Amino acid sequence: MFLKDYIKDVYGAIRSVLKGMRVTGYYFTHHKEIITEQYPDNRETLKLAERFRGEVVLLHDEKNEHACTGCSACEIACPNGTIKIINKFDISPDGKKKKAIDTFVYHLELCTMCNLCIEACPTDAIKMAQTFEHSVFDRSKLTKKLNNEGSKLREGIE
Amino acid sequence: MFSLENITRIIHEWLNSHFNPTIALVTEFILVGVASITLFALLGLSLVWMERKVAAVMQIRLGPNRVGPKGIFQTTADTLKLLMKEGLVPDGADKFLFNLAPFIVMIVGMLILAPIAFAKNFQIWDINIGVLYLSAISSLSVIGILMAGWASNNKYSLLGAMRSGAQIVSYELSAGLSVLSIVVMAGSLSIKDIILSQQDGWWIFKAHIPALISFIIFIIAVTAETNRAPFDMAEAESELTAGFHTEYSGMRFALFFLAEYINIFIVCAIGATLFFGGWMPLHIGNWQAFNHIMDYIPSSLWFFGKTLGLIFLIMWFRWTFPRLRIDQLLNLEWKYLLPISMFNLLLMAVVAIKGWHF
Repeated sequence: MFLKDYIKDVYGAIRSVLKGMRVTGYYFTHHKEIITEQYPDNRETLKLAERFRGEVVLLHDEKNEHACTGCSACEIACPNGTIKIINKFDISPDGKKKKAIDTFVYHLELCTMCNLCIEACPTDAIKMAQTFEHSVFDRSKLTKKLNNEGSKLREGIE
Repeated sequence: MFSLENITRIIHEWLNSHFNPTIALVTEFILVGVASITLFALLGLSLVWMERKVAAVMQIRLGPNRVGPKGIFQTTADTLKLLMKEGLVPDGADKFLFNLAPFIVMIVGMLILAPIAFAKNFQIWDINIGVLYLSAISSLSVIGILMAGWASNNKYSLLGAMRSGAQIVSYELSAGLSVLSIVVMAGSLSIKDIILSQQDGWWIFKAHIPALISFIIFIIAVTAETNRAPFDMAEAESELTAGFHTEYSGMRFALFFLAEYINIFIVCAIGATLFFGGWMPLHIGNWQAFNHIMDYIPSSLWFFGKTLGLIFLIMWFRWTFPRLRIDQLLNLEWKYLLPISMFNLLLMAVVAIKGWHF
């Protein structure tokens, strides 16, 4: 019946309008949890999400050793050529050639923080850091060398 | 006790005792004009700030908090920025209409201010057709909007203006009918008489169910008339960039922005006057003691309190509901609000004749 449907429509509309207003009204009267981060003021207490991706870093331990074998899996995995690995060959004492990284080049300006390089790495040598204040005055500063000076491959990682 | 009535009386007497009546009258005209422009500026600044704060709290944010304590000078800073910006006129625009449009919208806002009673015996112009005047003038602002949309020579502006036209033409009807239902009760079109008829209780309580229905229809209709979300199809940022004021910049844009908030204030003031008794304090029937205590609160505070309450309600709508489509908007008006408000007017007439109100 037409009139019945009509009244039902009006009733449903008023009900849903009140339901919506109750939600926002609840937030208006219960403003305890403010989600705004007052960023420059709360630098010390800033808590980022665990999975936040700031930039790629190569992990070094206290003996200045890293786990990067120079396999270039990350370079292949990278969709936009952010990573470039330059290898060198060390001659070990018993006369064998051994591959090692010379420079781990990382172009932060090209990186989209997609995490594919970290997933591709077989030895978990790289990870995403939580730093995010990347702005610099000179673009060339965004091209980074990730391996520290004089670092070498950790023993036992092939 | 503080009262705006005394201030006007003192000024009037002082002017008349020092100058001849003509000069006194002209000076009073100028004073009223300056006062209403000041009121507009203050309202614009404070309502924009209020809107942003209300929005922020409803969305669990902080809102403006950098300029001044709690960000109260944020809107002043924004206005200064707009004042210093270049007011660009597009090449293809109709220069004359383009420049005229924002002023038309503002002038309409100022005209509506005339019959509104801000406090006891504090009214710019008490005419016996006050409500008719209000509904006649308030639909004029659509001319300014259409002018802006047409003169901009921009498809988004034109679409926004056309939508606004359709919207205001249709919602004017149900707003008018719901206003009329209160006029039926009060038996007068004059704002002053309507307020005085609420001496023993506001109409929304005295005329119970039909008054409540017409209040709901009124608040929906005026939200649509002022082009506010959820009826902001004329601006519709996500569809039409900024609707009819896409091409406006600098101070001309600021005038449109200001006019929006002025219109909100005015329609809320009308709503407060008709349904909540304007400056009339909360009186309950014959409770002399209670009524007497309520009279101690200045009437201007009552008026502004009620108006701000209604403004908050409209802001609440804005930050709750998503925008309607144009066909949904017209459906709502022609299929629901208009028949209901016509029926409600009939009901109100029956209630008034039979004396079923308090």
